Amino acid sequence: MPSSDFHDRPALLEAHALAFARNDEPIFGPLDFALHAGEVVLIEGDNGAGKSTLLRVLSGLLAPTSGEIRLNGEPLTLARLSPQVALLSHQSGLKPELTAMENLRFAAGLHGVRKGISPATALAGVGLEGYADVPTRQLSAGQKKRVALARVLLAPVGLWLLDEPYANLDLDGIRLVNRLLENHANRGGAALITSHGAYAYTSGTPRRIPLRHGESGEAPSHGSGELTSGGSGGSRNAGTSIAEPRGEA
Amino acid sequence: MKPGSTSAACAALIRRDLTLVWRRRGDALNPILFALIVVSLFPLALGPEPENLRRIAAGVVFVALLLAGLLALDTLFRSDYEDGSLEQLVLSPHPLSLLLACKIAVHWLTTALPLILIAPLLGELLHIAEPVRWVLPVALLLATPLLSLLGAVCVALTVGMHRSGMLVALLVLPLYVPVLIFGAGACNAAQSGLPFLAPLLWLGAAFVLALVLAPLACAAALRISLS
Repeated sequence: MPSSDFHDRPALLEAHALAFARNDEPIFGPLDFALHAGEVVLIEGDNGAGKSTLLRVLSGLLAPTSGEIRLNGEPLTLARLSPQVALLSHQSGLKPELTAMENLRFAAGLHGVRKGISPATALAGVGLEGYADVPTRQLSAGQKKRVALARVLLAPVGLWLLDEPYANLDLDGIRLVNRLLENHANRGGAALITSHGAYAYTSGTPRRIPLRHGESGEAPSHGSGELTSGGSGGSRNAGTSIAEPRGEA
Repeated sequence: MKPGSTSAACAALIRRDLTLVWRRRGDALNPILFALIVVSLFPLALGPEPENLRRIAAGVVFVALLLAGLLALDTLFRSDYEDGSLEQLVLSPHPLSLLLACKIAVHWLTTALPLILIAPLLGELLHIAEPVRWVLPVALLLATPLLSLLGAVCVALTVGMHRSGMLVALLVLPLYVPVLIFGAGACNAAQSGLPFLAPLLWLGAAFVLALVLAPLACAAALRISLS
């Protein structure tokens, strides 16, 4: 599908003047941005800038203090959102007593399964073949992250909200995340990912939303200049071009 | 891209929770041991006269089981909250109250039902009177699911707090007291040869009411706790 088609439809996710404050202390915002199908957008900010909070607000777990979120052009409710979003948060959502496969089977039962994929193929897709029957407790932090990514991969949703998907991963894992994101964007999905550093991207920089604590973060210093423009302009199609450093197998 | 069915989600949740209980089966014995210890201490403290013990038997068993249930209550959402599964549950496309009802049912099945099964044994330790012998399990069968449902709402409200044990006890006890009064009341009435059906029916009515309302309240409370 040509990428210009993505933008004739209403944006998958839109935020207008979105702000969140906890006990009157502003955490982020007001923010304006739009996320279209086929796009991957990186939310950038230092520790405590409100990246995770932003994702929790967008996932519907937290109610925004002010502003509006629109999903496919309609106001967001949890009932409308939950069949369309997969959240990877700091906590893995995995049970340490269960094996990787049991965890994925449970996720499949709870959220449903994307067509053409099964818990076994999702596990293989994140490079964990042979670990199906290992209790999650015995996996390393990076392997747990991979199982959690397999859960996201399995869910039949269009919108991925990934909080620090690169944390704990080795170089191979970082390439894996980029590949998963690229495939997801290519089949018409969209993803918002957070990162406190741009170490994961060696080339083909995606659109960025810089976040600074308690500010709207205007005048972004990162050059992509997409913060308050609602996703208009030429860097849109950069979303699909997360490049993975190809090379060694 | 459509989500799976709600019944499949409930089945997956029930299967997962039962597997988890089986993997942690050592912990599942704690409430039983607690109740056994409490009940077996009474004859030591009060003396072994069967007459004395028979008078208090039903009440003691009831209180011991109620406190053992309170001990197990904290495990209902704690680990799910800590590892993030609760978030995933809230984000699932299925009605949260229904999923929580499944969770509470499994919790009751694995913590309260074993206690009810050993209740006759506990009663014998205290020389329980003949007519109370079968009224007690019936009262417990009606009272313990009610306690689980009421307790779940209070635990859901406090799951986001650290060291919430004392707070849960304070929130839960006023709700537990009427259940205790009706349950133990039915046993006492049976012991004195009085009609005992009315308190049992009250327990049944409250159970049905809680079965409908508590999961909804629980879902609302959890959404608040997670935000």
